[in-house]
Amino acid sequence: MNYGFANIYWRDMIRFVRFRTMLISSLLQPALWLAFFGIAMSSSFDSLMSGMPVPPGAHAVGYLTFMAAGIIAMTTLFTSLFGGMIILFDKNWGLMREILASPMPRDHVIIGIGLSGMTKSFIQAIIIMVFGILIGAGFFVGYGAVQIVIAVLGILTFVAIFALGFLFLSAGIAISMETPEGMQGIMTLLTMPIFFASNALYPLDAFPEFLKVLSTYNPMTLLINGIRYFAIGDDFVALGKHYIYTTGDIVLSFAGLVVFALIMYVFARWRFDKAVVT
Amino acid sequence: MAAQPLSEKEAIITVENLEYAYGDFKAVDGISFTVKKGEIFSFLGPNGAGKSTAINVLITLLALQKGKASVAGYDVTKDPQKVRESIGIVFQEITLDRDMTVWESLEFHGKLYSMSHTDRRKRIEELLTLVQLESKRDVRTKNLSGGMKRRLEIARGLMTRPKVLFLDEPTIGLDPQTRMRMWDYIKDVNKEGTTIFLTTHYMDEADQLSDQISIIDNGKIIISGTSWQLKNTLGQDIIYLEASNNDAAIRLLRNLPSVKDITTKTRGFLVSVHEDGTKVLPIIMERLHEAGIRIDTVNLKKPSMDDVFVYYTGKEIRDEQPGKSGFLSLRPGGH
Repeated sequence: MNYGFANIYWRDMIRFVRFRTMLISSLLQPALWLAFFGIAMSSSFDSLMSGMPVPPGAHAVGYLTFMAAGIIAMTTLFTSLFGGMIILFDKNWGLMREILASPMPRDHVIIGIGLSGMTKSFIQAIIIMVFGILIGAGFFVGYGAVQIVIAVLGILTFVAIFALGFLFLSAGIAISMETPEGMQGIMTLLTMPIFFASNALYPLDAFPEFLKVLSTYNPMTLLINGIRYFAIGDDFVALGKHYIYTTGDIVLSFAGLVVFALIMYVFARWRFDKAVVT
Repeated sequence: MAAQPLSEKEAIITVENLEYAYGDFKAVDGISFTVKKGEIFSFLGPNGAGKSTAINVLITLLALQKGKASVAGYDVTKDPQKVRESIGIVFQEITLDRDMTVWESLEFHGKLYSMSHTDRRKRIEELLTLVQLESKRDVRTKNLSGGMKRRLEIARGLMTRPKVLFLDEPTIGLDPQTRMRMWDYIKDVNKEGTTIFLTTHYMDEADQLSDQISIIDNGKIIISGTSWQLKNTLGQDIIYLEASNNDAAIRLLRNLPSVKDITTKTRGFLVSVHEDGTKVLPIIMERLHEAGIRIDTVNLKKPSMDDVFVYYTGKEIRDEQPGKSGFLSLRPGGH
């Protein structure tokens, strides 16, 4: 058994902790989103929505609660998409030659980078949950201690698979690219549609049909379904829309993420097998 | 070991008709050579001669296209994994993580090669001592000098006790003093039994370090041999003499068939010869002795590697070098 991925993981975490500014900004950024965008939007939306009828059995949640789940997903998306950047830097100026010339199988690079990126997303997701609850997001309302633990684990499981998928994608792109600028370009191009064609900030119902289909299968939407299910519940009203999540919906969303992550893994493997770094 | 002649030692690298092309451009054009266990072997050639491409095939970073190559007894195509486990590499460019410490860089490398925890710790200490970086253990590599970075990379290349250490232009960009110290480290490593495969475009480096040199240009090996053999093939050695009667000595020596030319200097004279200087010198000494001329000083100057290179490739190395030194401009040592 080769534990090469643990080595890649160890090294990436050293860098994460060592770059103080990057560390702090990556932890602060989601909190800032929540604080500024979240509070500003929720105060205007909530006043619009107040007085709308709530169906029996469901509970109404404020916009802050609704979008906090979206912010967790958004942060995970950004962190993961840029998580492979280190590979590009290593390729151009660093350790990639050393790594690729070693006996360690190449998939360990992909797995190691995936696991370290996943860890970063876990830390960020927890910070957003804690900070969100502090400023008034209605997460885990009425849950007992055991339920909260299960809910958090559920959220982190969804975050993990989603993060891995995008980290694999990012790693696969990074090993194929020549310059950080080019990579930055592709990432920016990807984040826009993935983020906005999802239910992170608003419901999908009002979308035109084609966008609705796209958004329904967007991994981002699948992740957010999971987060909302665990954090808010299976029956709630937000922005005037009634959300009901059945267990089947959630299992399907999860399965969708797993399929996505697997495809991305195959993509990354293919790119790494092709990579020639001299 | 030391008494064993080189020719009887086993080959550790064998390359037969190796070719490597990038599209239409043949970077390596059918080279063959053998490196014997325990020696320092140099590829000497200008930038772009194909040295790095050849090395990259041998270390399995580039897939072999044509020909045959085996390293440490393993075929690079059939057993790349075994090759990788048997070698250490110092790349041409610095390949350190600027934000990892010296210790972490070595620890990371040991883990890459699945070394055990105790073995890693022990080996790191040994190597830090060898390359004199003990006091820099917790310093991030970006804060090391160029020479220290190189030493760290050599230590890293030795982590796994490789059978062959590949050094691709190990002293590029280092100041002359640091370069010479690097040579000492490389010699020390070699003395401990590691075979060294070196590429360089510095003549003096190949000359100083190598047991065997292959001059490579445009993807082809032009000539191979020991530094001594290469220089002797030029047969243009220079002998410097100071005699009790220089004029008489010059008159006498001009008539010797092996003498090509004589140039007078302030206190003595230079004799350039057609043949191997080591064979001509005793004859000269004998003749002068017979004529009753006393010799005060004698010095035999072999052509430098620069001269060999220019002779065989018809051009000088296409790169700036510290202290250009063709043999005609060289004064015999000590005068």
